[in-house]
Amino acid sequence: MIATRINVDTSLVERARRAARQIADGIEPEIAANTTTTIERTVLRLLGLNGVDEAGVPLPNVIVERAQAAGLLGDGIAYWIGSAMVHEGQSAAAIAHRIARGELELERIHAADESAVREAVETEASRMCAYIKGRRLERERLIEELDTAEPPYIYVIVATGNIYEDVTQATAAAKCGADIIAVIRSTAQSLLDYVPYGPTTEGYGGTYATQANFRIMREALDEVSRECGRYIRLVNYCSGLCMPEIAAIGAMERLDMMLNDAMYGILFRDINMRRTFIDQRFSRMINAYAGVVINTGEDNYLTTADAYEHAHTVLASQFINEELALRSGLRPGQIGLGHAFQMNPDMQDGFLYELAQAEMARAIFPHAPLKYMPPTKHMTGNIFKGHLMDAMFNLAGVISGQTIQLVGVLTEHIHTPFLQDRYLAIENARYVMNNARHLGHEISYRPGGKMAQRANEVLTKAVAMLEQVAEIGLMSAISQGMFAGVKRDPHGGRGLDGVVRKRDGYYNPFPDLFMKELSSPGFAPKLWRAAACPASGGAFDPEAEAGVAARMASGPGALTL
Amino acid sequence: MRREVWVAVSTVKVDRSRVRPYGDTIDDGWIQMSFTLPVSCGPEATRAAQLLCEKMGLDDVRVVYSHDIAGSFTFFVIYGRCVHSVDLTTIEVPKVNMKHMTFDEINDFIKTRIGRKIVVVAACTGTDAHTVGIDAIINMKGYAGEYGLERYPWFEAYNLGSQVPNEALVAKAIEVGADAILVSQVVTQRNIHIDNLTHLAELVEAEGLRDRVLLIVGGPRISHELAVELGYDAGFGPGTVPSHVGAFIAQELARRMGTWTPSEGPRSEGT
Repeated sequence: MIATRINVDTSLVERARRAARQIADGIEPEIAANTTTTIERTVLRLLGLNGVDEAGVPLPNVIVERAQAAGLLGDGIAYWIGSAMVHEGQSAAAIAHRIARGELELERIHAADESAVREAVETEASRMCAYIKGRRLERERLIEELDTAEPPYIYVIVATGNIYEDVTQATAAAKCGADIIAVIRSTAQSLLDYVPYGPTTEGYGGTYATQANFRIMREALDEVSRECGRYIRLVNYCSGLCMPEIAAIGAMERLDMMLNDAMYGILFRDINMRRTFIDQRFSRMINAYAGVVINTGEDNYLTTADAYEHAHTVLASQFINEELALRSGLRPGQIGLGHAFQMNPDMQDGFLYELAQAEMARAIFPHAPLKYMPPTKHMTGNIFKGHLMDAMFNLAGVISGQTIQLVGVLTEHIHTPFLQDRYLAIENARYVMNNARHLGHEISYRPGGKMAQRANEVLTKAVAMLEQVAEIGLMSAISQGMFAGVKRDPHGGRGLDGVVRKRDGYYNPFPDLFMKELSSPGFAPKLWRAAACPASGGAFDPEAEAGVAARMASGPGALTL
Repeated sequence: MRREVWVAVSTVKVDRSRVRPYGDTIDDGWIQMSFTLPVSCGPEATRAAQLLCEKMGLDDVRVVYSHDIAGSFTFFVIYGRCVHSVDLTTIEVPKVNMKHMTFDEINDFIKTRIGRKIVVVAACTGTDAHTVGIDAIINMKGYAGEYGLERYPWFEAYNLGSQVPNEALVAKAIEVGADAILVSQVVTQRNIHIDNLTHLAELVEAEGLRDRVLLIVGGPRISHELAVELGYDAGFGPGTVPSHVGAFIAQELARRMGTWTPSEGPRSEGT
C-alpha cells in the first residue's frame, strides 16, 4: 500500500478503472479488424526501407499507395514483400527498394506459401527487433552511468525550425540544467500523411520530425550528456497521421520519450477516430518495446475549457489513456499521463485546488511518470507575473512529486522561447525545487479539508463521466462532444481513407515479436536511475509490474492488433 | 507622508511634446532591459553590453546583473537613462472605428438597425492550429467573462476551427451568405501570417465578395494598422473581447446600409 498525502476514495478509483476497461473493450474489435496505411509503411520501415524517390516521396509511401490501389494491403504488406523474398531470394529491403523503383511490380508477385513467407520475413524482422532492443539497452547503460538528476525532471522545448539551430538551443538548455529536451514539430506536421525525409532547416513553429533530425539531435545530446555528466533525454511527437512510423524511427534513433495520446489527434487535429485508435495501438507497442516513456496530452483539454470546471475530463482521459497504453504492452512506469496547472490566477485558493489535483493524480497513478504542464492560458505578456506563476507551478510540482515538469517560460504567449527565456525558466525551476525539495515529505492535507474535498469531487465527476462513456461507447461519446467540447464524427476527419480491413491471413510480423517480450513478466525497461515517482518510493514496483504482465497475457483482447 | 508624495507626483506637469520614460522623477528617463550577447561572460562582455546600450541612446548605463549561459552566452539585466523623447502631440494611431456596446445593446442594435441576423464565418486558416483566439470570440462560452458571438441571438456564427484552407473559409462564406469573415492568426513565425492573410484577401476579391463582406483579422500580433494595410476592414489585437468584434460588425454593417451614422451613438431608440 502506498502512503499518499491526500486521501482519495479507492473504491471510486476502482470504478473508474473498471469503466476504462469497458471503454477500451468497446473499441477493441475495430483495432483488431483493421490495419492502416501508416501501419503498413511502418512495417516497411522496420524491414529496412528508407529514402525518397525522385519526386521526394518517401519510399514507404510509394509502395503502400501502390499496394492499396491494387487492393493488396488487406493481406499486410509484409505478406507480399515476403512472397517476393521467397521467389527472388533477396532481402526484404532489397525487394522493397526494387518495388519502389518500379523494377518489380507488386501485382505480379505470386503469393507464396504462408509458412515460407513467415520464415523469410521473421528472420529479418527479428533482426530489427534486436536492433531496437540494443538501442534500449544502450539507453539503460547510459542511465546507469549518467542519470544523476532527480525528479521532477526539467523538460524544455526547442522550436527554431532549423535542426542545427535547435542543437545550439538544446545544448545550451542542457548546460543550464534541463534534463529533457523536446523538439517541437513544424506546425501541422501531424496532418502530413508521410514522414518528411532528411535533415531540415525550414519549419514553421517548430522543426520537422525526420529520422535524420532525430539522429542529429540524439548525437548532440549524447555529447552534452557526457560533458554535463547527466543523461539528457530527447522527446518528439508520436501523434497525427504517422503515429507508428514516428514511433519506429524514434525507436531506431533512441528517442527517450514520445508524446503519444490515444485521442489527441481526434479531438485537436480532426484526425479520424478509427484511424487514430488503430494507429495508437501499434505505435504504443513500438514505444513499449523501445523502452520509451510516452507522454499523454490531457493538458490540451484545459487550453480552451476552464481548468477548474473541466478538471474531471483530464482525469477521465487519463484513465482511458492508461488502459489503452497497458493493452499495448506499456508498463505503468512508461505511461507519462499529462495534466496541467491552468486555473485562472485571479481565483481565490486556486493554488490549493491545483495542488490538490496534482496530489490526486499522484495518488491515483502512483507508478506513472506524470507529465505536468505549465500555465499558458492565463499568461498575458506580463513576463514578471508570468515568472511568478511559473514559480507557483514549480512549487506544486515539487511538493506533489511530479516526474516530468515541463517548465513554464515567462515569455509564453509572446514568442517561442529565446535562449535567455529558457535559462530563466530553468533557473526558476531549479531554485524552487531545490529550495522546497522535501517539503512534500513533511506535509499531509487535512482530511475533509478544502483540498481533500476538491480531489474527491474531481474523481467523483470523472467516474460519472467514464461510466457514461462506457455505456454509450467511446466513439459515440466523442461524437457527442464529451471530450474537450469537440464533436467528431466516426466517419469524418482526416485519414479514414487509410483504414483498411484485414483479410484472413493478414500478416505483420512485429506485433507478435514485440508482444512476446512485452507480455513476459521479466520485461522491465530501466527508465530512470532515481526513483521516478517519489510517492511510490521507486521507479519499479515488481508487484505492480508483474500484475500487468499477467493481465496482458490473459486479458480479453489484450494481445490483439 | 505617503499622501504628500502622491500629491507631488500627481501634480507634475508632463510636457506632452517631450515624453520620456519615468523611473521615480519626471524626465529621469530610466528604463530597464535584458538581453543576451553570444559571448562568454566576463568584464569584456559587460563592457560590450554597456557600449551597446550607449549606442541605443542610454546614458548612465548600469549593468546590474550578468550571468553565463552555457559557457558561450551572457545574459544581462541593465538600467539606463534614455536620452530620447517623443512628441506625443503628433502621434496618430489608426483604431478600429466603433463605439463600445454591451451584449444586450449589440443585439438590440442589430434588431433595430439591421433587422435580421448577422451571419459570420470564422476560422483559423492556413497551417495555424491554434484555435484559442477564434474560440474566445466565437464560441458560446466566450472569454474573460463575455459570451462569444454564438451566444448572441442576433448573430449566426460558424466557427470552422483550425487549419482551414482559405478556400474553404471563402466557400463557406458564400454558402451561408456571410456578412463578415473572421480570420484568426496566431503563428507568426517568419511572417507566415502575412502571406496567408494576403492570400485570403486576394481570394475574397477574386470571388467578387469584397464589397459584400467585412473582412476581419485577429490575433496576438495583429494591429488594426497592419490589417488595413493588408486590405482588411479591421484588425483586433490582444485584449479583444467578443463584444468589441460584435459591436464593430454591427455598426459597420449599419453604416454601410445607411441605417446608422457614428454620430448617433451606439444606442438605438428607446433603450
